[in-house]
Amino acid sequence: MRLFALKMLFGDAAKFYGILLGLGFATLLISQQSSIFVGLMSRTFGFITDTPQADIWIADPDQRYLDDNKALRTTAVQRIRGIEGLDWAVPLFKGLIMVQLPDGQRQMSQVIGIDDASLIAGPSRMLQGSLDDLRRSDGIIVDERACRREFMVKRPPEGGAPRPLRVGDILELNEMRAEVVGICKATQTFQSQPVVYTTYNRAIQFAPPNRRLTSMILASPEPGQDIDRLCATIRERTGLAAFPTDDFRNKTLNYWMSETGIPINFGTSIILGFVVGVAVAGQTFYNFTLDNLKYFGAMKAMGATTPRLLGMVSLQAATVAVLGFGLGIGVTSLFGLTIPGDRLAFRMTWHIPLIAASAVVLICVGSAALGMYKVLRLDPAEVFKG
Amino acid sequence: MSIAASRGGPAVLARGVSKAFGSGDARVIALQGADLELPCGEVAMLVGPSGCGTTTLISIIAGLLARDQGQLEVLGTDPNALRGDQRTLWRLRTVGFVFQQFNLIPQLSVAENVAIPLVLAGVRRAQALERASDMMARVGLSGRERSAPLKLSGGQQQRVALARALVNEPRMLVCDEPTSALDGATGQSVMELIVETCRHPDRAVIIVTHDERIFRFGDRIAHMDDGRVDRLTDRHGTALGLGAPERTALGFAE
Repeated sequence: MRLFALKMLFGDAAKFYGILLGLGFATLLISQQSSIFVGLMSRTFGFITDTPQADIWIADPDQRYLDDNKALRTTAVQRIRGIEGLDWAVPLFKGLIMVQLPDGQRQMSQVIGIDDASLIAGPSRMLQGSLDDLRRSDGIIVDERACRREFMVKRPPEGGAPRPLRVGDILELNEMRAEVVGICKATQTFQSQPVVYTTYNRAIQFAPPNRRLTSMILASPEPGQDIDRLCATIRERTGLAAFPTDDFRNKTLNYWMSETGIPINFGTSIILGFVVGVAVAGQTFYNFTLDNLKYFGAMKAMGATTPRLLGMVSLQAATVAVLGFGLGIGVTSLFGLTIPGDRLAFRMTWHIPLIAASAVVLICVGSAALGMYKVLRLDPAEVFKG
Repeated sequence: MSIAASRGGPAVLARGVSKAFGSGDARVIALQGADLELPCGEVAMLVGPSGCGTTTLISIIAGLLARDQGQLEVLGTDPNALRGDQRTLWRLRTVGFVFQQFNLIPQLSVAENVAIPLVLAGVRRAQALERASDMMARVGLSGRERSAPLKLSGGQQQRVALARALVNEPRMLVCDEPTSALDGATGQSVMELIVETCRHPDRAVIIVTHDERIFRFGDRIAHMDDGRVDRLTDRHGTALGLGAPERTALGFAE
């Protein structure tokens, strides 16, 4: 009867496609909105995950998240280096500085100043030039996405058509000379500002004069040292906040989750997706079962056992669930593959299809259960009532 | 001559069968001590005004409803004594159904509709479709196996329903108003087919109908009224002498 159950499902084209589109749309909304949400949230701590060398992140105790810069005194790094058990500690500058392009355009940019000696926390993927080129005089490395967008030179000094910023171009950072020595691929920031890498000492020259210019200190323990204990020691000895990498990432994420309306906005869309699924697909599937109730009744009269009829409804529900989910997740994947990552934050982790599948299963099980209840209560003698 | 002895053995033996629905003020008595004895090898008709209990009685005989009181044997079995799926399987093996509205599943082909009882009985699909095709030939629908039921005329759909009812070779055929959705001529031809294909010494046919034009196909007509079988006649209206027997003896009070 399995084949007959499927034929009954596919044969009612209007309802079948209605259910399929309902489930597909619900899956699409849930998975696409979740993926954009995760993508956006990932951008809030992208710099942390892009800096795998650092195991400990040291910041001002009042700093709430990665970009909530409350700079430290430049001498703080010396105090940190004095703590036993640390292998190394390097200063980090992370701040907004005005960049002037060769054609005079100005653009506020995220400048990251990394340790001059070790170049720890530099971009992980170079497209042109090398990280060592930062050691050259006035050297800066620019994010490739910014070269094509915010740093597009619209009126090149040499004349000709607009072109992307390129290696060898001379910029001004806070009215100080800087030369592009490399192009890198950097994780996009939440606010999508262009990212410029340079050395720490050069960055604090670019920045307006201040006694507090060290944004954070990155550190790593000696082998065998307990990171949590080291963080506690740093807090105790310096009064600064110190976090293992995962904790700092979670702190940043938690800030965005709890202090902004972003989760509510995306959560609303995701709930809407579920409601659409219930309203369209669940309701249509239930109606489909109701429409077929007289045939189930006839089959029950003819000798179909209740488990067999419930099996037919279950198979129909499972089939639309798989197809609807496949359709929705397929469109979402296509969306993710097609839309450029620098335009839209999109990150589909393995949890997202699981969540969407659970929602689809919930919708189908719910509507099938209602249908099954009708089948269970079905009196075969009803077939004689015309 | 006893009815049971007229042809074959007794197909239905009902004594004092009662059935009520609902409770309290909403209680409706559908059957109150119905007696009926039908032999194998005949076409019997249950007739009577609306609400007289024909549908309830045929549902109880076919094992679709449980009676409240009375005794019943259908082809040697009391369907009430069977529980749950046992009764369902008994119906599958024993009873073929023809419904007033045909109840053909529109998404399946005609042959697949006919094959349903076989598939339910565990016959492999290919073999079931082959047997369904043979049965369709018997009801004059050869070549329409792949048609959609809704593409057929009412008469053809009822033939399909008949083929579906008979494909499992049940010993009892139960028809509920088989001609009510058909015009006169088509109804007559469907009845001719039922009688022609079903009259067999080992098989019983019970038809519930209000259509007097088909009374002539019945060997025995049970006239019901007010939840009881009032009288039993042959197709010409001649009493067969089994009115309302032994109600008192069986202990059924008003």
